Amino acid sequence: MSESVYGLMAKFDTPEAVVEAARRARAAGYRKMEAYTPFPIEELTEILNFKPIIQYLVFVGGVVGAITGFGLQYYASVIAYPLIIGGRPFNSWPAFIVVIFELTVLFAGLTAVFGMLGLNGFPHPYHPVFNVDDFRLVSRDKFFLVIEAKDPRFDLERTRAFLESLNPEDVTEVQP
Amino acid sequence: MAASTDHAEIPVLAPGHDYGTVTDKITRVVLSKETPKGWLLGFGIAFLIVMLMLLSLTVLFAKGVGVWGLNNTVAWGFAIVNFVWWVGIGHAGTLISAILLLFRQEWRNSINRFAEAMTIFAVANAGLFPIIHTGRPWLAYWLLPYPSMFQLWPQFRSPLLWDVFAISTYVTISLLFWYVGLIPDFATLRDMADNKVVRRIYGLFALGWRGAARHWAQYSRASLLLAALATPLVVSVHSVVSFDFAVSSVPGWHTTFLPPYFVAGAIYSGFAMVVTLAIPIRKFYHMEDFITDRHLENMGKIMLATGLIVFYAYIMEVFFAWYSGNEYEKFMILNRMTGPYAPQYWALIFFNGLMVQFLWFKKVRRTPWMLLILAIGVNIGMWLERFIIVVTSLHREYLPSTWAYYAGTFWDWSLYIGTLGFFAALLFLFLRVLPMINMFEMKELVHHLSHHGEEH
Repeated sequence: MSESVYGLMAKFDTPEAVVEAARRARAAGYRKMEAYTPFPIEELTEILNFKPIIQYLVFVGGVVGAITGFGLQYYASVIAYPLIIGGRPFNSWPAFIVVIFELTVLFAGLTAVFGMLGLNGFPHPYHPVFNVDDFRLVSRDKFFLVIEAKDPRFDLERTRAFLESLNPEDVTEVQP
Repeated sequence: MAASTDHAEIPVLAPGHDYGTVTDKITRVVLSKETPKGWLLGFGIAFLIVMLMLLSLTVLFAKGVGVWGLNNTVAWGFAIVNFVWWVGIGHAGTLISAILLLFRQEWRNSINRFAEAMTIFAVANAGLFPIIHTGRPWLAYWLLPYPSMFQLWPQFRSPLLWDVFAISTYVTISLLFWYVGLIPDFATLRDMADNKVVRRIYGLFALGWRGAARHWAQYSRASLLLAALATPLVVSVHSVVSFDFAVSSVPGWHTTFLPPYFVAGAIYSGFAMVVTLAIPIRKFYHMEDFITDRHLENMGKIMLATGLIVFYAYIMEVFFAWYSGNEYEKFMILNRMTGPYAPQYWALIFFNGLMVQFLWFKKVRRTPWMLLILAIGVNIGMWLERFIIVVTSLHREYLPSTWAYYAGTFWDWSLYIGTLGFFAALLFLFLRVLPMINMFEMKELVHHLSHHGEEH
């Protein structure tokens, strides 16, 4: 029967309430859950035990950018089109630093943006939580906690009773 | 302490706001069906000036750069002056969004969005000038490194090519940074809009953002990294612009202090432009609750600090010219002070060096109309500064037989004024269709203030 819903959604009025609710849900053993808030709340990330990994991708992006920057200039100035300028060697690397730097920043920045979007699964136009009318307020001033039906402890009645005990404004079923 | 009581007097956010009122006040400007009459008038005027810009470009492309006042001696005129001026203005937006984010300056939250918008529009104008000043702009792609049939590659030892990379990276990163900041706000507009079409359009740009905690974690980390990347980038951009001058051997350009001098000048002119825009915008849209006098005061302080650095550079320019013992350097500075461009030189010293000293007074920093006059003065002064740097060094270079006089023609001025109109038109459109203040960061600020009070 738990297949018929995506999960249960509890609505809260304050960030403190949703943080407290998430903490108690985790203590009660729930794992497949997500909090939805109008602005980032660091405590939630800790409670959900989530560690962002974007920084590793950005580092790799930066290194690739630096290698590309040097490789491009080396190829152009030494292999493809060697030209003596001001009596300097073909591989006059100090003159290449600026472009290496710019491409490092460019590649790292592009990785940060598209990596973030990719890791978050965007674009993602449809999601079950949007089926709840009140969920429109998530980008305004309300805070939501959703326990998903996938969670092994999920039970429509008992989980609803548990969420009710957290003093939410209301609890709604989320249709898949 | 005196300082803390002052801050208590003027908060960064007027009291009495919660998450909902912040959202409503900012989205109302965008989602309102009625376009204010003042907006229509302002946009209409700006649009007419855009037409002037298009006319100037058409004449330029049809007849060539001969329509400008350039001559063999002064081959870098208004185009390069405007380029440096516009890029410099862009720098304040990145400074506010990146450097002040890293320093956790919360007062930046309400001004970063339109300062970033200003950056992008200013850099769009800046990027135009180097391309059109080449004379054959349809061949501008030759600047890019790609395997061509000519088997030619760009010259990577040239600062002019570094510029291509610096500016294109800068505009790309600024645009992405701006868009990333907008994603949660697009979601807000999507959720607040009543009109179905409007909701679809904003929903498209929101990419399905739903405020999940895991998404926020990834998102905040990515924003922080972007800020950390944009910080050295913004310093590099105007440094590279200054290399266009410093790497040459022209008197007045060939100095080592040009990069920091240019960066300080960029931030100076950029903040002046932010102030010039912020004061009328907050008045027109009644945003005094969010952009308080505290913001104006802080921006005034940054203007004062960077203005002093710039003034110091002016003094050092004179000192080095004398101390170098170099005949040409000495002549260059004397020529600047007493030659045909002396009025412009002394005007820039007045606007950038002397007038800014009024910012020492708190009364001036906190009085919008006084600050506005000062900021406009700095905008003019910084344009003159670039004019003086470009023109006075070139017009009387080493060989007296090549000396010449340079002045902008009608088409020089019309194109410059046209880009001002283009800038204004883009800003008007931005104010109408996008939230001018970052809403989720303002809500973070509300959250923060409700917990920690004013001491943060």
